[in-house]
Amino acid sequence: MSVPRFWRKIPQRYNLIGTQCTSCERRFYPPRSFCPDCRRSGVIEPYRFQGKGEVVTFTVIRSASDAFEQQTPFVLAIIRLDEGPRVTVQVVVEDVSEARIGMRVRSVFRRIGTEGESGVIHYGTKFVPDVPYAE
Amino acid sequence: MRDVAVIGIGCTTFGEKWETSFRDLFLEAGALALEDAQLSGERIDALYVGNMSAGRFVEQEHVGALIADYAGMASRHIPSTRVESACCSGSLAFRQAVIAVASGLEEIVVAAGVEKMTDVETSISVDALAAAADREWEGFVGATFPGLYAMIATDYMHRYPLTREQLAMVAVKNHYNGARNPIAQFHSEITVDTVLRSPLVADPLRLFDCSPITDGAAAVILAPLERAREFTDAPIKVLATAQASDTIALHDRRDISTLDATVVAARRAYEMAGLTPAAIDLVEVHDCFTIAEICAIEDLGFCAKGEAGRLTEEGETALNGRIPVNTSGGLKACGHPVGATGIKQVAEIVQQLRGDAGRRQVDGAEIGMTQNVGGTGASVAVHIFGRA
Repeated sequence: MSVPRFWRKIPQRYNLIGTQCTSCERRFYPPRSFCPDCRRSGVIEPYRFQGKGEVVTFTVIRSASDAFEQQTPFVLAIIRLDEGPRVTVQVVVEDVSEARIGMRVRSVFRRIGTEGESGVIHYGTKFVPDVPYAE
Repeated sequence: MRDVAVIGIGCTTFGEKWETSFRDLFLEAGALALEDAQLSGERIDALYVGNMSAGRFVEQEHVGALIADYAGMASRHIPSTRVESACCSGSLAFRQAVIAVASGLEEIVVAAGVEKMTDVETSISVDALAAAADREWEGFVGATFPGLYAMIATDYMHRYPLTREQLAMVAVKNHYNGARNPIAQFHSEITVDTVLRSPLVADPLRLFDCSPITDGAAAVILAPLERAREFTDAPIKVLATAQASDTIALHDRRDISTLDATVVAARRAYEMAGLTPAAIDLVEVHDCFTIAEICAIEDLGFCAKGEAGRLTEEGETALNGRIPVNTSGGLKACGHPVGATGIKQVAEIVQQLRGDAGRRQVDGAEIGMTQNVGGTGASVAVHIFGRA
């Protein structure tokens, strides 16, 4: 992914900034600049997600493209954010067998992948199990 | 709109064809189709070619002009158009060709598909294929195609009664059929054990749940039905052509385990043909992964949601079953040169309806269907064919 292409999405990737349609209150992450329901009567503005959600489905990637090969095996999941939208993310767990449908997760800032021979590093948001802190 | 018929078909063998170039793959399939239609290339009025990613696989774009040129048509300046919708490219090229003939704008049209995938390393082809999903929001976080379909499988198996063994039986059946198809990439029959002992690629999918990386090309020739008998004794009529789209990303679908685009394209196709699923004698579906065949059987209306595993286990989708699925061996065993797959599906149905399918012939096949998927279901084309 080219530098400008990555740079454009830094607010969204680092801070989970999506959008919402103020006409129907539907929230979008990944962000959309056009509401599929309200169409041109929709008004879109930025919306910051809290970064908590639940695993809808998942897999363990054991064979990846070059940029991710060093990270295998890793858990890839579709999660539903508490504000509504679903998104594809990595869930970081100690053991990949821990992943479960319905598991609560929260966002963390992490290295996503390393690209090309120059080793350009992409940062962004991953998710971890949302376990309460011990007393 | 005029009725349209398929008057000629041609496929290269599918596999790792290191000795054959991209342009020669197309040429071989095109020549076979012309020979089948007993037609000279000078009669061709237009050409549509399905191709997903020649840019990534062989660093070649502008594929429409390239293949028309090397097919000896440059001096005739015929219109030649490349059609791209990931793994559904072939079917959409076919659909464009059908529309061109049906409208009366063109007479004799070639619809072809070609993909040359083995000139690059596996990791590069995995990444090129990942471009069929949402690069910025799926590929960016490490999603591969096996990974995305694996998430469909996890969701499906959580909600419906599908066993790991039933999923393996899809691959076993398709290898059985592929072993009876001379063009297939794999000619070995396998067992449930072969699948279950193969390495995990993306849980729960194993290597033998996945279609391979393949070189290959396929071509078919279309003509107005009223003229079809000038060229062949066995024209096959296009009874329906339908296409539907959906969200590019899997996470935005209404239901992760249902390809709504398949449901809608099928509904449109049945309506156009005036038929119900019960009328279909056999179907070629897009089994890029075993779970995809399970979803397709249901989404095309051959059984209720959640029943395709049992249907497969009971042999209803086998060659001699109630609704034979993927008699060619499917993408799994016949191979999956992505841009060519949709055209190969059409060629298989035409061969079956002509009664020319040899050891994999479905007795008395009169009506056949194809279902071709782009990405995880963002594009779907469904076609229905009948003996003319």
